Amino acid sequence: MTSITLRSLRKEYNGQVAIPNLDLDIHDGEFFTLLGPSGCGKTTLLRMIAGFNSIEAGTISFDDVVINDRSPAARNIGMVFQSYALFPQMTAAKNVAFGLQTRNIERAESIRRVEAALESVHMAHLKDRLPGEMSGGQQQRVALARALVIQPAVLLMDEPLSNLDAKLRVEMRDTIREAQREAGITTVYVTHDQEEAMAVSDRIAVMSMGVVQQVGSPAEIYRNPANRFVAEFIGKTNLIVRDLHQRDGVTTLDLGEGVSVDVTSTIAPGVSGRVQVSVRPEAVRAGGSGLQAEVVEETFLGSHSQIRARLSTGETIEFLEFSRRASLWERGEKVVLQLDTEMLTYFDAETGASIMQGAKL
Amino acid sequence: MKGPGDRFDGWTSVAVALTGGYLLLVIWPLVMVLINSFAGGGEFSLAGFEKFFSSRLYYGTLTNSILVTVCVTVLALVVAFPLAYFMTMFRIGGSRSIQMLILASMMSPPFIGAYSWILLLGNNGMITKFIEDTLGFKPPSIYGFAGIVLVLTLQLVPLIFTYLMGAWRTIDVSLLEASESMGITGWRRAVQVISPLLWPTVLAGSLLVFVRAFADFGTPMLIGQGFRTVPVLIYSSFVGEVSIDKSFAAAVSVIVIAVTLAVFLLQRYLVSRRTFSMTALRSIEPRRLPGWRGVAVHIYVYGFLTLALAPLVVVVFSSFRKTLYGQLVDGFSLDSYVDSQRDILRYVGNTFGIGITALIILVVIAVLVAYLTVRRKGALSGTLDTMTMVPYVVPGLVIGIALVTAFSQGPFMLTGTFAIMVIALAIRRLPYSVRSTTALMYQLNPSIEEAATSLGASKFRTLVRIIIPALAPGILSGAILSWVTIITELSTTLFLYNTSTQTLSLGIYAEVIRGQLGTAAALSTVLLVLTMLSLILLMKLPGGQKELRV
Repeated sequence: MTSITLRSLRKEYNGQVAIPNLDLDIHDGEFFTLLGPSGCGKTTLLRMIAGFNSIEAGTISFDDVVINDRSPAARNIGMVFQSYALFPQMTAAKNVAFGLQTRNIERAESIRRVEAALESVHMAHLKDRLPGEMSGGQQQRVALARALVIQPAVLLMDEPLSNLDAKLRVEMRDTIREAQREAGITTVYVTHDQEEAMAVSDRIAVMSMGVVQQVGSPAEIYRNPANRFVAEFIGKTNLIVRDLHQRDGVTTLDLGEGVSVDVTSTIAPGVSGRVQVSVRPEAVRAGGSGLQAEVVEETFLGSHSQIRARLSTGETIEFLEFSRRASLWERGEKVVLQLDTEMLTYFDAETGASIMQGAKL
Repeated sequence: MKGPGDRFDGWTSVAVALTGGYLLLVIWPLVMVLINSFAGGGEFSLAGFEKFFSSRLYYGTLTNSILVTVCVTVLALVVAFPLAYFMTMFRIGGSRSIQMLILASMMSPPFIGAYSWILLLGNNGMITKFIEDTLGFKPPSIYGFAGIVLVLTLQLVPLIFTYLMGAWRTIDVSLLEASESMGITGWRRAVQVISPLLWPTVLAGSLLVFVRAFADFGTPMLIGQGFRTVPVLIYSSFVGEVSIDKSFAAAVSVIVIAVTLAVFLLQRYLVSRRTFSMTALRSIEPRRLPGWRGVAVHIYVYGFLTLALAPLVVVVFSSFRKTLYGQLVDGFSLDSYVDSQRDILRYVGNTFGIGITALIILVVIAVLVAYLTVRRKGALSGTLDTMTMVPYVVPGLVIGIALVTAFSQGPFMLTGTFAIMVIALAIRRLPYSVRSTTALMYQLNPSIEEAATSLGASKFRTLVRIIIPALAPGILSGAILSWVTIITELSTTLFLYNTSTQTLSLGIYAEVIRGQLGTAAALSTVLLVLTMLSLILLMKLPGGQKELRV
């Protein structure tokens, strides 16, 4: 069991700063995900932890021991690559056994462990296949077994599912989660897919431009995003701009058309003026009393529909509705949108930072 | 910045060792040639260059060479383009065998081509005699300019052809369909759509043809007679038919290198201006061409094949003819083999001994250099990469001269030894080997290596257990290709051998010059059989056919 500590970490590529200054604590046995759009530095960070990228400043420690100068081979890591990186000339079993050979594990024991590892990813029946004879999903299962069989201190995964098709991705992420839980290995997982991150992670670090925007459990970052970037990147949201009004110690948010919300206890004290309101699709319901809107488009997605409507202010609101037997919405149809005010979150209109109570201002 | 490439480890020592070896065995000898070219009688002088440009006898060889080379390059392109076009677009009977045979003709030693065209169209040639006997007039002479151009063109068309075929495979059929949908078909499409896509390949292929034709020594030596090219001039001034002038030979060598280098840089510049990469999801499917056009296309393809293979057939045929004082006469016998069996065994033994040693060194160095240039980009590996490419623009004859100059005296007395032959052949072939191995290395996903490291494998273990086995099929087929060029190499080793290190190709050359045509034919047949066996072995290897494309 290993915890990972990153302190004041800095990465430059040819003078270009990729990660300016990063601190992160990854707990023992945790499934920790680095999530962000491409180019945000998440893979760079993972490869620094693995030892494939140099470190320009700062420290990386495993269990409080600084490992900056250790080669990847000496860090006791297991790594799963986006491109699988199976050795093309070796069978599945030989691929898995490779790491054990460098550790001088006795033959019988090695065979036993290889079989167990392949079993745990449901690949025992294909142990004599070459990588070229396996599908992408099968290759990635073998790669996972190869990384796990050496019982590494830390398991590192670099977008392991992004080369797989959608259905297989869902299946594989269950396998990964299962295998990780069973082994109890501290895992750092990189992905750009927020749904995947939510599905597998204990905690997520959302990154943008080399900076960690927020660290938290999937529910925390979804319900209480630290800033506009996180709100928009995790799940879908509608952003509308409104004004705060202060009267007699009571702060209200005027949503328009006579609808207003008392936000005295939700918004941090002392905030006033224009704010951005994040309205998650599930906080919107058609019908009842609320804001007047006009349907622009409905996209039928099977179990539910996604409806885009335009408010009288011109702003667009997207919301979801479970599929009904009855006919779909017509373009231009009038609709009243009721907002679940409990679920709204608020950001500074200028900086985009959260102004919710308890948020770091 | 400190990148992984700058890390000091075992690979750094390898890079330093290789660089040192290259400086000693390639750069230093060439610098010696350069110094010699500017040193007449112990002090700085331009006498060598002055001599070259003072007499038509000398500078004429340069214009001759350029004339031959330009003609050959243009002709080879003009012949090869339709050949590749037909083979790609239309179904040709026996297409696979045709490609194999064209390759075989490319791989056969060029001087055998020259020699067998003499057997066919020379003063005493089979066709010459036939025409004289039946039609009563003498056909135009094969010797001189026309003969050189004929032999070299036939030799080098297959080279451009294989380049073009390779490029054609990267063209997605949708590009052709798109142009068809816009109403552009047939030759207009070939010119407007396909040619621009093939342009970089055409340039690369032309450069190779240019360099080979310009540097070729065997062909003009055997068939040129009065028409002398620069390599012949270098040879004769170095070996001294009339008088030995090493400083002059060095000066001419420098001029040759300058010309080749200029062409090389020009080609690099032209290619760099338009680079694009293509991969075909769906390659072009050849279709049947009916009617007279189908017949015409077949005639073209088979006509070329006949011309290209004629020399090989003639040589094998001649080796079984009776000889009298070295000349071929009527009747058949095995005398050419039986009489020279001791020589044949000696030549074959040397060819294998020297060739295989050179090959092993070649493969090891190529793998190391390729690894360094692909995975350890940095100043040192960049220098190394550039240095390995030097012999690419330096004609074999000049490399030979350089090695003789550097290693015939002083601390490294190597001329005439086994070692110098091995060194010469390895140096000569390295640019090609390094290039093909580098291409292989680029295809190997870097993650594979990182995976091995992450599993705790050391650098050496990763190289031996992962990288080399993963690239083994490609390395092996590349090695067989190198083997074929090693056993057919003539010009590089011409100054370096003695009787105990004489190889097959050197033996053939000596016999032809001595006028022993029967023995030469027998030796050539042995060399051809060796070449063919190697090529067949290559074909049998998994992925070996792919390797034959360039």
